[in-house]
Amino acid sequence: MSQKPPACNDFQLGAKKALDNKRLQAQLARTIKEGFQYKRRKGMSRLPEYDALRDRARDIKNHTLDHLDAYLERFEDEVVKAGGHVHWAETPQDARDIILDICIAADAKTVTKGKSMISEEIALNDHLAANGIQPIETDLGEYIIQLRDEPPSHIIAPAFHISKEQVADTFREHHTHLKADRDLREPTDLLIEARGELRQKFLNADVGITGANILIAETGTALIVTNEGNGDLTQSLPPIHIAVTSIEKVVPTLEDATTLLRLLARTATGQEMTVYTTFFTGAKRGDELDGPREFHIVLLDNKRSAMLGGPFHDVLRCIRCGACMNHCPVYACTSGHAYGWVYPGPIGSVLNPQLLGIAQAHVLPNASTLCGRCEEVCPVHIPLPDLLRTWRARAFNAGKPGGLQRLGLKMWAWLARRPLSYRLMVRFKMSLLRLLVGKRGRFTWFIGAGGWTKSRDLPAPQAATKHGGTFMDRYQRGER
Amino acid sequence: MTQTPVTPPSTSASPRVGLFVTCLVDLMRPSVGFAALRLLERAGAQVVVPENQTCCGQPAYNSGDFKSARAIARDVIEAFGAFDSVVAPSGSCAGMIRVHYPKLFADDPQWRARAEDLAARTLELTQYLANHLNLNDVSATLNATATYHDSCSSKREMGVSDEPRKLLATVDGLELKELADAETCCGFGGLFSIKFPDVSGAIADKKAEMIEDTHAELLVGADLGCLMNLSGKLKRRGQDGRPGVRVYHIAEVLAGMTDAPGVGDGEGETS
Repeated sequence: MSQKPPACNDFQLGAKKALDNKRLQAQLARTIKEGFQYKRRKGMSRLPEYDALRDRARDIKNHTLDHLDAYLERFEDEVVKAGGHVHWAETPQDARDIILDICIAADAKTVTKGKSMISEEIALNDHLAANGIQPIETDLGEYIIQLRDEPPSHIIAPAFHISKEQVADTFREHHTHLKADRDLREPTDLLIEARGELRQKFLNADVGITGANILIAETGTALIVTNEGNGDLTQSLPPIHIAVTSIEKVVPTLEDATTLLRLLARTATGQEMTVYTTFFTGAKRGDELDGPREFHIVLLDNKRSAMLGGPFHDVLRCIRCGACMNHCPVYACTSGHAYGWVYPGPIGSVLNPQLLGIAQAHVLPNASTLCGRCEEVCPVHIPLPDLLRTWRARAFNAGKPGGLQRLGLKMWAWLARRPLSYRLMVRFKMSLLRLLVGKRGRFTWFIGAGGWTKSRDLPAPQAATKHGGTFMDRYQRGER
Repeated sequence: MTQTPVTPPSTSASPRVGLFVTCLVDLMRPSVGFAALRLLERAGAQVVVPENQTCCGQPAYNSGDFKSARAIARDVIEAFGAFDSVVAPSGSCAGMIRVHYPKLFADDPQWRARAEDLAARTLELTQYLANHLNLNDVSATLNATATYHDSCSSKREMGVSDEPRKLLATVDGLELKELADAETCCGFGGLFSIKFPDVSGAIADKKAEMIEDTHAELLVGADLGCLMNLSGKLKRRGQDGRPGVRVYHIAEVLAGMTDAPGVGDGEGETS
């Protein structure tokens, strides 16, 4: 997949495109409410201590972040003791170079990949392909979008915007060596076909690259959760395994990791556990039969350490369950591509400005109704609406929005602080409006209403009807 | 973010309540202000409407103009310093004062203390009424079916959910039909509805569909922003032959003021 440059500030364009796409809207209607939301609720209802677990998970993450340096060093020591290699990558470029060097040293031709958002964040596939190494995505969703040359639209369900009929079309287009009239109507047919295509690729791969959902400091263990087992084949079959992840994924102990695991799948998909939960510690020992000969872990910073102790510190608790996007009314209309870069939904609107710079993503924090549902469902209590507002403040201080919007806001704020002038101004405006309103209750078009009246009427102010006057005016005239 | 509702200090003498009218009610629907006034007085409060009030500052706050928001907040804190309770016919404005004012002054101990003091005294209208109005004293009659829209700020910031339902249950003849997917936003979001009209309108469409599915004659809510958004959407959809729904603020319903046109209805229009 060739990654496009970030287009976060084109959110409105992307949203419009998504809203006009009937097939996408049908897919969203089918998957969001009855899929993600319903399943989470059901998963939660089977776990009475769910809320207590959330508090515990928040505390574990907070404690770890307060001592992040110590836990990362401990993790490194334990990985090295277990025969693995730890690589520190300050920037995406560093991470790409480290991974490419390992692949070149191994004379790698093909690389199998488990699903990893960090590999999306560092645009790894492009870099490998540009250097003559073929990356093969093995998560079904990632495999589908790799064939279609699309970015993921969701952090845990990268192809959920694509219907099974579209997948069948994609498979027919790409798997041309198979019989053209084969039956691809059922999801199982698609799964079996993908599995058949991938099997030999797993066996042939020179290097396997996965992410890591959690790192455990006390044992030097990394773990991944998947529902397809592709991560295990990627991690254990090739002679070299590289896990690429970011520094905030570490927790102190195995027990802490299991606390997070009890929340992760339940919140994401409503499952008690994912189908596969794989712990890996170091490389294959001398007498072992399975596992990679070499194990490397690449720990990406990419501006995360700069968030520690700052206003966006809380974001570092994120366990990437996707619940915030699954419950976001905006995401439910636009899906993920509109957000213009790797991370969509509320978490993306907070993370992308940090990772790309606010100038590149200032529209995203504004693309929210601040309804608060994301914070309500977050398993680690990230105050997403407050963080969106903090980004809005940064954008505002950096001159965004500018022009008329800014001027209007400043003028309104000036008036709001001067009740007498405010009332004079309002009275004047209402007297003008009265001519337009008459007996009408609403406008179907109104100058200066922006796009409001494109899809809905605008109720007329009662203060401009014939019984007119604002509340304050009428109250002061003695009306009760 | 969710706050536990707090019972206002009960005094033997009638409590002094400052009515925060809100800028939308002042302009768009003064009748809500008068309804609130009547209800509060019926609940035994001595109501004062401070003259030097305009807006809670939320548009500035949510636009990232914290400096203007702080300046407006200081004015509101000054204007409402002297009341036992401050009541707003809006979860959104009450939430701004109760949840966000203290945050605005996080780095200013003196003003933070004053903001926290005001926050602790600020309630959304139904929250105040449910705890103070004698619920057996039914004085409104409305033979109709209605559905209730919980605004996000009422629900999540003010922790209000049972109160409006309890109050509506006291209205003679009114049958309440619960809305499906009630925890989802209506798409208003203040300036969001103007800055992102396509997305806002699409979210409102989904909510309007849920409202129509209840076959209720009335939509009732406690936040004028949501109600303007939903009324506008329901009227537009009504042009395609979908059922008309009359939209009222809960204060108007409880005060028996539903003979007047609903939100977005013209003179003499019934739906």
